[in-house]
Amino acid sequence: MTDTTSSILDRAAEAAARATPETLASRVRGLSDRMVAWLFIAPTIVLLLAINIFPLIWAIQLSFTNYRANRPNEPIKNIGLSNYSRILTDTDTWIAMQATAHFVFWTILLQTLIGFSLAYLIDRKFRGHAFWTTIILVPMMLSPAVVGNFWRFLYEPQIGLFTYVVSFFTGIPTTDILMLSNVTLAPWAIIIVDTWMWTPYVMLICLAGLRSIPDYIYEAAEVDRASNWRQFWSITLPMALPFIMLAVLFRGIENFKMFDMVNLLTGGGPGSTTEVASITLKREAFEKWRTGFSSAFAIILFVAVFGLANIYVKVLNRVKSR
Amino acid sequence: MSAAAHSVVEPSTTSKRAAATLVIVYALISMIPLFWIFATSFKTPPDSIAYPPKIVFTPSIEGYCNLFTTRTRQTPEYINSLPPATSFCDETTRKRNMVIAGPSNFLPRFVNSLIIAFGSTFCAVFLGTLAAYGFSRFRVPLADDLLFFILSTRFMPPIAVAIPIYLMYRELGLSDTALGMILLYTAVNVSLAVWLLKGFIDEIPREYEEAAMIDGYTRLQAFRKVVLPQATTGIAATAIFCLIFAWNEYAFASLLTSGTAQTAPPFIPTIIGEGGQDWPAVAAGTTVFLVPILVFTILLRKQLLRGITFGAVRK
Repeated sequence: MTDTTSSILDRAAEAAARATPETLASRVRGLSDRMVAWLFIAPTIVLLLAINIFPLIWAIQLSFTNYRANRPNEPIKNIGLSNYSRILTDTDTWIAMQATAHFVFWTILLQTLIGFSLAYLIDRKFRGHAFWTTIILVPMMLSPAVVGNFWRFLYEPQIGLFTYVVSFFTGIPTTDILMLSNVTLAPWAIIIVDTWMWTPYVMLICLAGLRSIPDYIYEAAEVDRASNWRQFWSITLPMALPFIMLAVLFRGIENFKMFDMVNLLTGGGPGSTTEVASITLKREAFEKWRTGFSSAFAIILFVAVFGLANIYVKVLNRVKSR
Repeated sequence: MSAAAHSVVEPSTTSKRAAATLVIVYALISMIPLFWIFATSFKTPPDSIAYPPKIVFTPSIEGYCNLFTTRTRQTPEYINSLPPATSFCDETTRKRNMVIAGPSNFLPRFVNSLIIAFGSTFCAVFLGTLAAYGFSRFRVPLADDLLFFILSTRFMPPIAVAIPIYLMYRELGLSDTALGMILLYTAVNVSLAVWLLKGFIDEIPREYEEAAMIDGYTRLQAFRKVVLPQATTGIAATAIFCLIFAWNEYAFASLLTSGTAQTAPPFIPTIIGEGGQDWPAVAAGTTVFLVPILVFTILLRKQLLRGITFGAVRK
């Protein structure tokens, strides 16, 4: 019904167009391509400017002041670069950066090793591999906050399943395994959860990399009697490398700004042993209400992430051309 | 095609079997936490904190009762004076010397999650489809820079963004409102939507629209009647990715909402019973919250790779 009506209308419009001078006709026939392009793209750009860029500029401006969001009526004093210099010389910030680096390094190392190995095994294409791949992918789709919160239960000193299993295999009494409140164990507690959650991500991208290697290369290697070991190091690994890089960069960026899971598991504690950058930022901004200071910290983090994102997009485009 | 890979250099049966064993062992181990969530949600509170952890137990829906209700402790005399319990939840609550005082906040929080996730997904996919078509079909000046700018907004640390957003929303009266959260999630998701959909639209041959336009369609008509129907799968997959992000999001929600607009992720960890966290209720809330995602993951399994690489890797 509507189709016929609109096609009648179209025909009417066309007839009218034919009867009118050229410039008017193009208007009746519809918007010009350039107009359509801008009309389509502009809303997205405007939204991003309003929700991302405008606040960012505001944050830059605040980062030069001593503004505190919980005291909006206090006069705002311009203190120049001293927020920045304080952050860069402050030992607490460096402790936070060390905690972040420890977390990022170990999660990426473990996820890449396990993720690539899994992908390599799945690429053997045993029966049912598609089903098991889907099962393995499940954790990464879930909410890090909601699932991370539940890991607190698994880590409970006496009753937690994780502590029970560890104590069962090691013989250490469950009461001694304080995953979340022991200074040495807490950083590993968050690494374990993150690895459990995000190894599938690395695996999936590595799998795509392995599958992108054309068969004829292996066939040629086979003809040349290259050993499996040799084939792995000179074909498989180098050819999958851009994909591994992609996964590593993305996980690096994500874990550099990690907040939800850590906030719920340890909240940065015990003390500040698991206080990764985002947790420090939250404490400064929303608990101590040092808005100016935390804005400066946010800008520093943003610049770092922006640099990484730049590299990420370059790798992304390289992978895309494969 | 991937199905034909390694056709000549097919791995041996032994190596296949070994690979299968290792992968299945990993898969099963990685499922244990999820299985434990599900099992705990059907335990009674004493069973949930038993030592050693109980694998075999009598299932109970007490966790679900506690998730949806608030309860108050009463004297046995008072409980005996009440009319007989009408539901299973009433009965179990009374056995613990308590009565149901009213509904809990879980349902409203869950509804908030639904409204905010669906609202923001709709807006992001709507804007994203338009922009993706624009970038896919027209020569846009500085297109690469604009696309990078769009993607880079997704990499901003949420807490860093939340500080000025918090101030801005306070000024605009958007703090703790569903509208504010929808706007924010739309902005985060639109970057993913543009990148993913651009990939999908790039795959639709231009000739289709050009033919339609020769037949007298305007550009907009060609977009609506030729491109959109062709892009349905891509739009659906993109929508599910946006939905999952908005559904799972915690950082913004915990900092920018506190009551009326609070979503489920910041709420679930706050469910407490007497003397600490009510784990069966938390597990029940987690289960209810995770089931939709499990369904979507299975629906999406063929598109997952595309989704997590912003459309770059297509298999």
